[in-house]
Amino acid sequence: MTDFRKLSIFMTGLACVISVGCGGGSSPAKTNAITPSGQNIAPISVNLGPGASQGVTYANGAFASVTVCVPGTSTCQTIDGILVDTGSSGLRILSSALTISLPQQNAPNSNPVAECLTFLGSYTWGPVKTADVQIAGEKAGAVPIQVLSDTAFPVPGGCTSSGMTSADTLTTLGANGILGVGPFAQDCGNAPACVTTGSAGFYYECPPTPPCTATGEALAQQVVNPVVLFPSDNNGVIIELPAVSASAATVSGSLVFGIGTQSNNGLGAATVYAMDPGTFSFTVKYNGSSYPGSFIDSGSNAYFFLDSTTSGLTDCTSGSNAQGFYCPTTTKSFTASNEGVNGTSGTVTFSVANAQNLFASGNDAAFSQLGGPSITGTPSASNPVFFDWGLPFFYGRNVYTAIEGATAPGGTAPYWAY
Amino acid sequence: MARSYGDSIPLKVLVMAALVIVASPAWASLGGDTASIQADQVHMQGRRRTTAAESYAVHEIQGASGTVVREYVSANGKVFAVAWQGPWMPDMRQLLGSYFDQYARANQAQSGARMRRGPVLINEPGLVVQIGGHVRAFAGRAYVPEMLPSGVRAENIQ
Repeated sequence: MTDFRKLSIFMTGLACVISVGCGGGSSPAKTNAITPSGQNIAPISVNLGPGASQGVTYANGAFASVTVCVPGTSTCQTIDGILVDTGSSGLRILSSALTISLPQQNAPNSNPVAECLTFLGSYTWGPVKTADVQIAGEKAGAVPIQVLSDTAFPVPGGCTSSGMTSADTLTTLGANGILGVGPFAQDCGNAPACVTTGSAGFYYECPPTPPCTATGEALAQQVVNPVVLFPSDNNGVIIELPAVSASAATVSGSLVFGIGTQSNNGLGAATVYAMDPGTFSFTVKYNGSSYPGSFIDSGSNAYFFLDSTTSGLTDCTSGSNAQGFYCPTTTKSFTASNEGVNGTSGTVTFSVANAQNLFASGNDAAFSQLGGPSITGTPSASNPVFFDWGLPFFYGRNVYTAIEGATAPGGTAPYWAY
Repeated sequence: MARSYGDSIPLKVLVMAALVIVASPAWASLGGDTASIQADQVHMQGRRRTTAAESYAVHEIQGASGTVVREYVSANGKVFAVAWQGPWMPDMRQLLGSYFDQYARANQAQSGARMRRGPVLINEPGLVVQIGGHVRAFAGRAYVPEMLPSGVRAENIQ
């Protein structure tokens, strides 16, 4: 190597240090403060997840510990490796991770109640049980939760008819459970399809002789975002994660309960982006087009947006361990704009790197430049094209999620703020 | 959810629109025929309206549960695409019919890589399925590429 080339490489490295713009244009370094401790603060960790021991590893999964107790008793169990998900609501725990016996919720006719929750790509199935739930210093009593099991009651055809795959074991979920702290209070809600007819397909009653049949479930009995049952700090959450330059083995942050309810969870300088309360979405503008079904979701593990044609990013090879993500030859930078239904807007700059390369070491769990395709086509009022701001969006930002029906500072819930 | 079809179909190919409300039993699905669409309507306890374009017709079923399904029927009377939008997933077994098993198998095949939580994107010979959104707000579409009428692109299906 010539001295000139050595100098050139040195200068390039120096420029990287100075500009924080290496590798194709990452965002400027963020200076969000992580609130380290407090009665309303649970530590969270981005890591490979509890499935790693079984060879199933998570990319961009944030995990917390949750304590569940038999209601009104001191019979409790603390379970770690619970995925923190602002895209769903309600606590769901693997049956295989539970060692205490929680009471079953029964329908008015005494039949046990079970639930089918359809996610993208997977569903969770299992009985609805009741637990006292404690996270950090926050406690909620008699919380309906879902216990994930394909064997407690046979999975009914109405649940498998989504065509999604079961995620009721450690190797299929990649976590010991899901802590849904999203913008809606109950997982199904007060639509007739949820509370009376059962046509939403969420809740089932399970007679002694199978199969379980779809049923309405009263709002108060539905699996609920446990935050709304906390005596205080119950209007939303903040997820605080530090900036990640490219990849990291683990990242530590905080899940803060309450918005503006304590000295440690004020809105500060964050901008409030109100959601459409019917679809829990807002609009992203990109390249002159509007994407009205867009959302921020800690449970999505990448920036899911556009498609290979409109983004210019190559899809990763089908069948590879990066299938479903983008694998561009060079890291590419994008600028979009978030627009709340309350009229606020703000620019988002982000980069997408080659997922195959990011996953190559196998040891890293946090990736600030992980992207993947969304749905093809031209956005319109009815077209399901959207930006999904997954966990990479949270790195370097304190992201607030205010829950529907709650009173929260800075605007009308439900909203996101950052 | 009330909206005009001018949103979803280019105006230049929109030549006729008619509101049809019917209820008669049959079985409907991707790859099925026009008569079969009525089954979906019955299954969804929904109201249906039909819009005709140059090379295909769109049957929209507003389900009682709140989810809207649109079925795209070619001039030869076959359902070549379906799309949906709403708070819950539709019954995919009903909507995809004989294509359901291929779809479900493809979902299984997507497992096993790094845990991924994001849109469902299936692009196989003979079947494309795209599902996005999140709990309480789903949208998606499925179509058989070989059955798309000439000039119809994936983004017309919405």
